[in-house]
Amino acid sequence: MAILVIAEHDNLSLKADTLKTVAAAVAIGGDINVLVAGSNCDAAAQEAAKAAGVSKVLVADNSAFEHQLAENMGLLVTELAGDYSHILASATTTGKNFMPRVAALLDVAQISEIIAVESTDTFVRPIYAGNAIATVQSLDATKVITVRSTGFDAVATDGSAEVVALSNVTDAGTSAFVNAELTVSERPDLGAASVVISGGRGMQNGENFKLLEGIADKLGAAIGASRAAVDAGFVPNDMQVGQTGKIVAPDLYIAVGISGAIQHLAGMKDSKVIVAINKDAEAPIFQVADYGIVADLFDVLPELEAAL
Amino acid sequence: MKVLVPIKRVIDYNVKVRVKPDNSNVDLTNVKMAINPFCEIAVEEAVRLKEAGVATEIIAVSIGSKSCQEQLRTALALGADRAIQIDTELTLDSINIAKLLQKVVDEEQPQIVLLGKQAIDSDNNQTGQMLGALTSMPQGTFASIVKVEGDKVNVTREVDGGLQTVALNLPAIITTDLRLNEPRYASLPNIMKAKRKPLVVKAAEEFGIDLSPRSNLVKVTPPAVREAGVIVETIEELVEKLRNEAKVI
Ligand SMILES: Cc1cc2nc3c(=O)[nH]c(=O)nc-3n(C[C@H](O)[C@H](O)[C@H](O)COP(=O)(O)OP(=O)(O)OC[C@H]3O[C@@H](n4cnc5c(N)ncnc54)[C@H](O)[C@@H]3O)c2cc1C
Repeated sequence: MAILVIAEHDNLSLKADTLKTVAAAVAIGGDINVLVAGSNCDAAAQEAAKAAGVSKVLVADNSAFEHQLAENMGLLVTELAGDYSHILASATTTGKNFMPRVAALLDVAQISEIIAVESTDTFVRPIYAGNAIATVQSLDATKVITVRSTGFDAVATDGSAEVVALSNVTDAGTSAFVNAELTVSERPDLGAASVVISGGRGMQNGENFKLLEGIADKLGAAIGASRAAVDAGFVPNDMQVGQTGKIVAPDLYIAVGISGAIQHLAGMKDSKVIVAINKDAEAPIFQVADYGIVADLFDVLPELEAAL
Repeated sequence: MKVLVPIKRVIDYNVKVRVKPDNSNVDLTNVKMAINPFCEIAVEEAVRLKEAGVATEIIAVSIGSKSCQEQLRTALALGADRAIQIDTELTLDSINIAKLLQKVVDEEQPQIVLLGKQAIDSDNNQTGQMLGALTSMPQGTFASIVKVEGDKVNVTREVDGGLQTVALNLPAIITTDLRLNEPRYASLPNIMKAKRKPLVVKAAEEFGIDLSPRSNLVKVTPPAVREAGVIVETIEELVEKLRNEAKVI
């Protein structure tokens, strides 16, 4: 069996998600190759070569892949697919974007967002916002899979895979990148942070998120938000935690002014320790919290910052 | 231009689903069903394109048993012009859904296909992209802004790092994210009018596609339950517990 893992990267560096997706490949078992498709992406390819368990890194370096447009990525991965029994990508917005195209071009199903590997053809994935856990057996010859990062621990980075340049260029010519507005932050990524502090509608406005920043700085935490806080324009979309936002599972998750809707819980209930701060003792968030404090957030957040 | 909006009947988003005692699947008997929230956003966007004079006709399509006609009527009440139900009792993998939709695209020749980015039951996030590949159309997934300009559409996408805008040649696939729009409520007169709008039923078998399953649902189990913890009275107590009991700070 041979497994192809598509790397998640921004040309300059490899995203930690890739190491977790390689871990899923290791759990399946077989010869593991990683595809780095990008433009001037050598740095990312060199990092991928260090992922433990990887035998070969394939590099498709061409301007057609600079922004990993789904149309071009779909064609490229399909061209390479013949050599593999399994094709894996991280369930990031990039992986979710192109992988179903690969599956469709190969005429196979996609198994989305797996959190565990049962065997070479059977995988575990949450459905219904994590309120049910499905075990699914793929009946297709080629398994096309996206991997939820919270389900797997990153592999070590002490490997030394061979790096091979590919000459494949697949440019569908139907789409073009226009621009990106990416949030720049000194804080750790939501997906990678060991502590996350999130604010909800109870924060009242974007300005008040400053109350979370002081605490985040002291804890080295990432800052997240509920959908309500994002919809209201308090904070940008990339901070949304939940069924349809980011899935996180840090050691410590602090929910502030968040009621605990099913869709929010779907994104954080696998955190090791959950703290809820809410003035409503009946808020459902307390049903999943290890430690709750029933209080006005505007009173207790400054106290918390001072106490750390 | 024609806009095609595939929609899915799913559990209402407020309902917490239960797993059947025999672990064969979730239990949907007597559960409130609704149009998938992302599909509703797709219908709304199509209606706005029509109101802006960009779209001329909106066709809603759903694949499922007769019960999904209820959601098609909802789409018609929101402003779709006509509806197609592709009738089947089978639970189809997204790839087979995409193949059926490809046939509808072939017949209707829409310039834009607007779908929800994911269905809140299976949480797959696949169908739009698969349809894109099968029809060789470009895609703008997780859309928060859609702007049609001449023979192109610019789609601003919600991505992990923030926002990304892509320009797509038409015809194109667009899948909706939460902030694309806020769907309207159907007015009573529009609900009445929707009852008289055309709804065509076609049997899934008529399309000549092999619909056999590509995956086998081995079992469905409830997630691990989290026990509710303790309520602490003061911040000092909280910090003390996080340091010494949970040891996470
Ligand atoms: C299709 C779909 C997808 C969705 N996806 C997501 C998702 O990915 N992520 C997500 O988060 N939601 C998602 N939602 C939305 C979800 O259903 C809830 O509406 C949302 O999570 C509510 O956010 P909230 O808890 O911040 O707001 P509310 O539910 O309004 O809760 C605010 C809380 O703040 C508390 N509060 C107010 N003032 C104070 C104060 N001064 N001090 C202390 N506490 C205070 C209140 O008691 C209340 O509990 C989705 C919904 C749908 C339909």
